[in-house]
Amino acid sequence: MSDLIYRVNMSNLSFKIEEVPASWMGLGGRGLTSTIVAAEVDPECHPLGPNNKLVFAPGLLSGTSASNSGRNSCGAKSPLTGGIKESNVGGTMAGVMSKLGVKALIIEGLPQDDSTFYHLHVTKNNVEFIKVPELVGKDNYFVLDAMLEKYDKKVAVMSIARPGEMKMLTSNISVKDPGGKLRSHGRGGLGAVMGSKKIKCITVDSENYKEVTIADPEKFKEASKIFTKALQENPISGQGLPAFGTNVLVNILNEAGGLPTHNFREGSWKHAENICGETMAENIKARGGKTTHGCHAGCVIQCSQVYNDKEGKYLTSGFEYETIWALGANLGIEDLDLIAKMDALMDDLGLDSIETSVTLGLAVDAGILAYGDGQRAYDLIANELANGTPLGRIIGGGTHILGRLYGLVRVPTAKGQAMPAYEPRAVKGQGVTYITTPMGADHTAGYAVATNILNSGGHVDPLKKEGQVELSRNLQIASAAVDSTGMCIFVAFAALDDAACLPALIDMINARFGISITGDDVVNLGKNILKIEHEFNLKAGLTSADDRMPEFMKYEVLPPHNTTWDFTNEEIDEFWNF
Amino acid sequence: MINITVKLFAQYRENRFKVESRTYAEGITAGDIIEELGVTKVLPLGVLMVNSRHEKEEYHLKDGDTLALFPKVGGG
Ligand code: SF4
Repeated sequence: MSDLIYRVNMSNLSFKIEEVPASWMGLGGRGLTSTIVAAEVDPECHPLGPNNKLVFAPGLLSGTSASNSGRNSCGAKSPLTGGIKESNVGGTMAGVMSKLGVKALIIEGLPQDDSTFYHLHVTKNNVEFIKVPELVGKDNYFVLDAMLEKYDKKVAVMSIARPGEMKMLTSNISVKDPGGKLRSHGRGGLGAVMGSKKIKCITVDSENYKEVTIADPEKFKEASKIFTKALQENPISGQGLPAFGTNVLVNILNEAGGLPTHNFREGSWKHAENICGETMAENIKARGGKTTHGCHAGCVIQCSQVYNDKEGKYLTSGFEYETIWALGANLGIEDLDLIAKMDALMDDLGLDSIETSVTLGLAVDAGILAYGDGQRAYDLIANELANGTPLGRIIGGGTHILGRLYGLVRVPTAKGQAMPAYEPRAVKGQGVTYITTPMGADHTAGYAVATNILNSGGHVDPLKKEGQVELSRNLQIASAAVDSTGMCIFVAFAALDDAACLPALIDMINARFGISITGDDVVNLGKNILKIEHEFNLKAGLTSADDRMPEFMKYEVLPPHNTTWDFTNEEIDEFWNF
Repeated sequence: MINITVKLFAQYRENRFKVESRTYAEGITAGDIIEELGVTKVLPLGVLMVNSRHEKEEYHLKDGDTLALFPKVGGG
């Protein structure tokens, strides 16, 4: 059974099933979504108009027994950045699509009659278009429950909530995880693209599928064992991440002076201890809940967790450092339980918790709320944003738009996308990633924090310029390749420090498809993906002037190290010399 | 004698402390304190910072320094 392309046209509610072109054969995940978007989407199109396409593609190893291979990529032209976007997520969708033999789902066009929303149901060789007026105005958990009931739980589900229907730039696409909670294609306003196509939810049949075919099962098993062992024996993926989750980073970034505080005014926060991973783990121990939890079946790292309130009642899961930082240090909320409540609220509303929370941090400068006023922040999301009031629309437009509307200068974005939880002036390699990646400020695109702060893959001084461009480039190339395999980016810690890890990953790809790619091929794949994406952005009208740090970071010194962003344009533009 | 603020993180805190002001003989290195606390018997050292800068175990501490010790941790 070979994989096929499922192509949906919303303009006339039709679908086609196509053979995979030879040139797409060796691609998956980000490599495939970016290739399809670059080949088929006019870079100058309006991201919310009829000529944008929404593309979903599981990774090359998704659906197999390989550890941590369940990531699904979503690509389109981003309404937030105006450039190409790929955002990947765990959950059950990647495995289910792979097993059904769907190499990519391409959604094009817009319905002529835009009076209602549709539910797409994908089964073997078929796509159903179902009008769902009863789901309009409902949020993710309502939609998820309705779909699980309708199909007796035998489906993977993706959906948008009210902000996605309203085409807000902070809206994401939410995906069911194995525990019935939500994960998200978080960044770049992809929920708005789905909303523009009038798609409320997509379900994929998880009952009538075959297992994915493996060309050389013996070799696959062997490589898979080595790979899993590398993940389990690595101190970060084997012990650190499961014990404290990603939130262990609060204290280390705080100590290093790289924890953006009060809208990127300082590099450390005096209340960090209240929201840190150690405190979170203590609370979980005392209240019940789970420190380890996977976002998809087959994750052996389990960085996720289940977090309860003082009464032991469920508050949230998948409680990530980025969200906790943005509401904590950056917006000044000291109460971890309230942050958890807001995290769950943003899940239900399908909001990018980074973009939304950084926007709230900036909203303090706009006079909309005060630092630490968690109740007001909660109300702004639950009432203004969810209901699309004028103020809600402004916040739902994201950090860049809010900054422009209120005449603010200190706006922490790159290519219009809000910066995540690492201060560029104190973690300079990460700053290079923020401004050079085709994705807009994205921490996963080339995680230089690993080498700047965590001593993974060596050490490059975070406060100096030397070596940062090269470091970021190498990491971005590697990440683009890893994002194509369906692997979670946290396999990178083992890949950086354990010589057995990457060859085992390549062996699995070879055994799955009966091919013989080498490490060099993988590096070239990563390079090609970056170049395709960069080219798309240039055609879309972005220039090297978009690969720049917000000006305030060049003249404002950041305590405690009192550093500025001091790269020249030439030094940054060197990034694309490969 | 010199005063050093020692901060421990992640698993290093278990059965020890979060932060303590401690006195040591002059000339002591970060590595000596790691040895004294026995933290690396539990998990290998990930990151060592003195006054918020990455340093090596051979670093000679001065009066008033803050030493922070982390096992290998990661996230993103
Ligand atoms: S390590 Fe975390 S993000 Fe990666 S697959 Fe597991 S739960 Fe998901």
